[in-house]
Amino acid sequence: MAEREKLIEVKDLQISFGQGKKKFVAVDHVNFDIYKGETFSLVGESGSGKTTIGRAILKINPTSAGEIYLKGKKINGKISKELDKEVIRTCQMIFQDPMASLNERAKVDYIVSEGLINHHLYKDDADREAKVQKVLREVGLLPEFASRFPHEFSGGQRQRIGIARALIMEPEFIVADEPISALDVSIRAQVLNLLNHLKKTRGLTYLFIAHDLSVVRFISDRIAVIHKGRIVELAESEELFHHPLHPYTKALLSAVPQPDPEMEKQKKLIVYDPSCHDYSKDGPVWEEILEGHFVYGNQKELEQYRKEIEEIDK
Amino acid sequence: MAKEPILSAKDVEIQFSLRGRKLTAIRKCSLDLYEGETLAIVGESGSGKSVFTKSFLGMLDANGKIVGGSIMYNGEDISKFTTEKEWLGIRGKKIAMVMQDPMTSLNPLKRIGVQIEESIKLQQGLKGEEAKKRALQMLNLVGIPDAERRYNQYPHEFSGGMRQRVVIAIAIACHPQILICDEPTTALDVTIQAQILDLIRYLQSKLNMTVIYITHDLGVVANVADRVAVMYAGQIVEYGLVNEIFYDAWHPYTWALLSSLPQLGVKGEELPSIEGTPPNLFNVIKGDAFAPRNKQALAIDFVKEPPFFPISETHMAKTWYLDPRAPKIEQPEAVRRLREKMRARR
Repeated sequence: MAEREKLIEVKDLQISFGQGKKKFVAVDHVNFDIYKGETFSLVGESGSGKTTIGRAILKINPTSAGEIYLKGKKINGKISKELDKEVIRTCQMIFQDPMASLNERAKVDYIVSEGLINHHLYKDDADREAKVQKVLREVGLLPEFASRFPHEFSGGQRQRIGIARALIMEPEFIVADEPISALDVSIRAQVLNLLNHLKKTRGLTYLFIAHDLSVVRFISDRIAVIHKGRIVELAESEELFHHPLHPYTKALLSAVPQPDPEMEKQKKLIVYDPSCHDYSKDGPVWEEILEGHFVYGNQKELEQYRKEIEEIDK
Repeated sequence: MAKEPILSAKDVEIQFSLRGRKLTAIRKCSLDLYEGETLAIVGESGSGKSVFTKSFLGMLDANGKIVGGSIMYNGEDISKFTTEKEWLGIRGKKIAMVMQDPMTSLNPLKRIGVQIEESIKLQQGLKGEEAKKRALQMLNLVGIPDAERRYNQYPHEFSGGMRQRVVIAIAIACHPQILICDEPTTALDVTIQAQILDLIRYLQSKLNMTVIYITHDLGVVANVADRVAVMYAGQIVEYGLVNEIFYDAWHPYTWALLSSLPQLGVKGEELPSIEGTPPNLFNVIKGDAFAPRNKQALAIDFVKEPPFFPISETHMAKTWYLDPRAPKIEQPEAVRRLREKMRARR
């Protein structure tokens, strides 16, 4: 595992908004690495800071403490102009709502090539057009769509335009912020397939942000569960579903409705109450409880988690 | 089910006129609703599920009209209503609706107490202190703590889940017989979604309501529904008890919906997806509307519209596959083995 190349490293990241009395810490003590070629998912409820982390990596939100590294180079805080440009080119984002994230007044041609224009990444107009057409075809759209406006497309097609816009910069790393939660059931599968396909053909690495654990299981290699700006559990995806340990992870898992009526009707909903942790005497630590499976808790809780693992494995 | 339906829609047809053209959004849809049950209507966006249920409330847009069929409720054909006055006897009082997005269904300039009282005053004729008392009761009922203080707050002071609770309080303020929930949880995240679904279930048993859910999330359907209607291109294509739809579906569209679920996906493999787009409702649809997207479509699917074939007393599907003359077609593997697959994943 240690041999794998780390694309993104996040160390003790803290992000806060406001100053003085109004200061609000949205993300605190966040640590994770994303390996090249994997899909890493951040899961949590709204307001947990998952999008904020994604945006911080892309330098959209400033960080207040900690470091973010891209291929070993520090990219948060003050960095040189050249590095800034490189970060923009290698890291791209796909947004949640394809209805809101495309400029209604621009043609697809411009929307997709805006990044190229800003960074002068093309020789001449013909070269730019060729690039646009190639990327449109790659995401399953027709090249002639370039001369149309976003309102002429359906939700799934719009999301494809959003993906094309990110791809044209030839990124290595893509932050996908809930790319399918605004889409219809029948289109979700198509977009998930496309993302998986691109991962293979282009060797992309994803940071996938979602609140629905069931979708995440299908697409991700590793999952981090985040609650109130703090990662509470991190594991490979099958491992997480096999041994969910932290009470918040369990609550999230129980909340996801499964398409199986018999099971759903018997299901007991687990509600997470943060006051169940007593950290007054025994402080919590970030502990690797099984290989590659990290959980946040104090010694007493960790002891209990170990017992739970034994029970499940029996 | 020998019971009499409390609401019975028959062959309803709804048309919209758009720029001089006629769009048929609902094409001869029938639906029976029985007392106390929870019916879920499933379908993709544009399939007409919202339009169909809005017609029970007279809430179609100005350019939409019910052009055929009947909707019998309490011995009256409500599809023949023409004046707003007639509708006011039903809307909010007997049949109420919870909208999808709590951000847009509340008035941001009015205190929520006033918004709840609005329907109480109008429908029940209560005034002043009495109306307020009633509104506070409603807030308590939907699980909003500290109702006295919340009563005087504005919608922006509430979180998404709390706002949806307020919308539900408004809907149930007059103890409606039927509650229509139009994607009540799509805008919320999973933990809040579970709470809202629980709340609706609790209110349903407490107030003796019949609930119609409109949703595209099959997980939600499995959680709440007694009976399911699957809708495609303005028609209901399959009805059944929830177990029959999930474990023994027969319409190819239901198959496609079930097998495209990411929950059933195998990592590293393609998720089966529905190719193509729904038909253009401006055109006259010939044959089975789903046939062009169905890889296993029969020749007759393109020529003649299939009737409903009964599968059991409670289950029927509108597909030629069930005709005795049709070639034998097996349910896809994902559908046949859904139960095992879901269990295996636990």
